Order: sequence, then C-alpha cells, then structure tokens
Amino acid sequence: MSAPAPTPAAAASPGEGARVITAREAGLVGCRRCHLAHAWGTERCTRCGTPLQSRDETSLQRVWAWWIAGVLFYIPANLYPMLSTRVLFTTHEATIVEGAIQMAQSGAVGIAAIILIASVGIPVAKFAAIAWLAWSVQRPGRGDGHRRTVLYEVVEFIGRWSMIDIFVVAITSALVHLRVLVSVTPGPAAIAFALSVIFTMLAARSFDSRLIWDGIGRGRT
Amino acid sequence: MPAPPDPRGLVVCPRCDALHHAPSLKAGGRADCARCGTVLEAPRRISVAEVLALSATVGVLMLGALFLPFLSISSMGLRNDSSIIDAALAFSTGLQTPLVLTVLASIVLLPLARVALLWWAMAPLAFGGAPLPGARAALALDEDLKPWAMAEIFVVGVAVALVKIADLASLTIGPAFWMLICAVLVGTLQEALTDRSALWRELEVARTRARASA
Repeated sequence: MSAPAPTPAAAASPGEGARVITAREAGLVGCRRCHLAHAWGTERCTRCGTPLQSRDETSLQRVWAWWIAGVLFYIPANLYPMLSTRVLFTTHEATIVEGAIQMAQSGAVGIAAIILIASVGIPVAKFAAIAWLAWSVQRPGRGDGHRRTVLYEVVEFIGRWSMIDIFVVAITSALVHLRVLVSVTPGPAAIAFALSVIFTMLAARSFDSRLIWDGIGRGRT
Repeated sequence: MPAPPDPRGLVVCPRCDALHHAPSLKAGGRADCARCGTVLEAPRRISVAEVLALSATVGVLMLGALFLPFLSISSMGLRNDSSIIDAALAFSTGLQTPLVLTVLASIVLLPLARVALLWWAMAPLAFGGAPLPGARAALALDEDLKPWAMAEIFVVGVAVALVKIADLASLTIGPAFWMLICAVLVGTLQEALTDRSALWRELEVARTRARASA
C-alpha cells in the first residue's frame, strides 16, 4: 500500500535524467531526527531542537577512533577465557571459540553455530564493513550508493546482536550459582568483548551516511 | 548558486540529504526517499494515547520481569530460583560489577527509561495539557536509547543458555521469563505502529499552542 515516492524538490536537468538535488546543494540544511528542512546556518532544528549540521565534519575521525578501540578490545576478548566452569575441584576455562567447539562436540551444533556467528562472524564482518565504508567515502566515485547504504543499515541493525554471547555467559553464571558443587563465572574476555561490541556500535553510529552519496555526486559527472 | 528555496514544506532525507517536497499521505501510506529508499514518513492511524498505552504495558511487563522469579534451577537436591534483580545483586562484586551493570541496563533499565521518557514527552499532550519542560530532549533521548535497549537479544540468549546448561541441572521457567517475552513483543508492536515524525509534529503543535497562550 505504499504511496508513490515524494517528488524531489528540484526538477531534473534536461538530458541527464532525473537527478536528485541535496539540501546542501539547495542551500538548506536538514534535520536528521525529524527530517525538517531549514535555512542554511540555522543552529538547531525548530521542531525537535536537534543541533543541525549539513555534514558531520568530525564523523570519520570518530568512526576510526571507535573502530580502533573496538578492534583492540576484540583481541583480548578472544585470547582470554570467556567462561570458567568449576565442577567440584576442577576448574575449566574456555575462550569464545573453544566454548563453541565444545558445544559442537557435545552435540549442540546449532547453539555452537549461533555463538560462532554472533561472536566471531558478525564482529569481524562489522569491522570490515565499517572500515570499507569509511575508506570508500574518502575516495569519491567508488562503489554503489545503494549497496553501501544497505550495508550501513545492515551494520547498524545487526551489530547489537553480538551481545548475545555476553547474555548467555551472564545467564549461565547467574543460574549456576549453586556454588557448592558447580560454579560458572565470566572470565576477563566477557568485559573486553562487551566493550568491543559497544565501541563498534559507536563507530557505526558516528558514521554520517550522507558522505556516501556526496562522493557519488562528485565522482560521476 | 541561485537563492535557496523556502525551507517550509520541504523535508530532507536523513541518510542521503536528498531534498523532497513534504509528502501528504493518508494513514497507512509510506513515502520513501527518491534516491536511497529510506522511509521518510509513514503515518499511522494510532493516536498518541494509544502509543502511550502500549509503552505503559511494556513498562509493567518489564517491572514484573525484573522482580518475579525468572528461572529456577535444581541440581542434586539443591534448588535455586532467582529473579533478574536477585541475580544482578548476587553478582555485583569485584570485576563483575561493570558486566552486571551493562547487562542489567541493556535488558531492563534502558527499556524502562524509554517508557518513562516517552511518557514525560507525550503524556501531557494525550491529556490535553501543555508539554513538560524538556519534552523535546526526552523524546530525542528515547530515540537515541533505542539501539542500546536489548531485551529481545537477551531473550534469545536465555534460549541458548537453557540448552547449554540443560545437562548440568534441571531448569524451570518462571513467570518473569514469559513477561519479558511479552514485553519484547508489545515493544516491537509499539515501534511498528508509531510514526516518530508524527510525534514530533504533535509536540511542535502543542508547544506552539502553549507558548501562544502563555
């Protein structure tokens, strides 16, 4: 039931096919929260009070800063134990990957797959995707705008799901505090992993997706 | 560069900065950005009061999920049943404190904060009054907290954890678990039925009216 797309504000220049004009080209600035257009130089959105910026000038700096922090914390997250299980007097420690392998060996292949995808697949793919997005906007004319916008949306949507392993560890250890015979405690990797996920989410949120489309405008005639 | 157009009646895509004439849509319609396809507006028939009612439902269910028994575990004659808050308090020692706080915040505290913020921003409007001070900041913060509220991820985490420790001990699911699932479902419904730009417009109208009568 979707209505036709709203008309772009500026008509196409003849011979070039329909070309969208941006708020910046029109000498306006748009609110990213409530979408309202404002005159150039307006400091805050008149409707929602959000500070207005035609382009986030510090976006890429912040993306790279959070990205580096996320990658750095991802290293100890994988080297240190995520979970240490003590049954009677034997303590057993396992990193993320070791834990998943043990799950698979004990028959729970589906669970092992969820953990591996959420804790290794998604974070690594996300590091690569954010780096590619930030790198590509610094090199105008590269890549497909639609594809990169979709990639950005996927990164924003899926990144949070990496937290699942942290929740599993928290639930397992909270439940099994029968203490006497069995105890399960989160290892140092848990906090490192949580921080890595948080930093990567911040990196994704610092990215100004309008930069993707600016590059295309300049790169192609 | 020609003189900039009058910004009134124009909307801008937040993803790609494309300028559009503000679409006039009926409830149930949807306007996408002509360039990148981002949804610009999707008006809904739901009223502010109905949005608030759904959000209050989420709040009540979340409180129940926080304090009622969540899961019980029994192993070799020992039994341990605990609510989320019990579990959090039992673990808030030493190095685990930041971890416990992160988990607690993302599964219940932030969803509860979002309910409170939405009510602060919008409730006076539903009752015909003037907006409270800071209403705009509250609505904006509610929006910003959205990705950090992770109750739905926690629910999947519980399912994984249940399989993981099923052979260590026997487990029983308590009422709080079901309340959390209901909270996630009602919350998802609320997000799907709410048109955020309509909330902003209503708030703007109410603020203008309040300023005019002051």
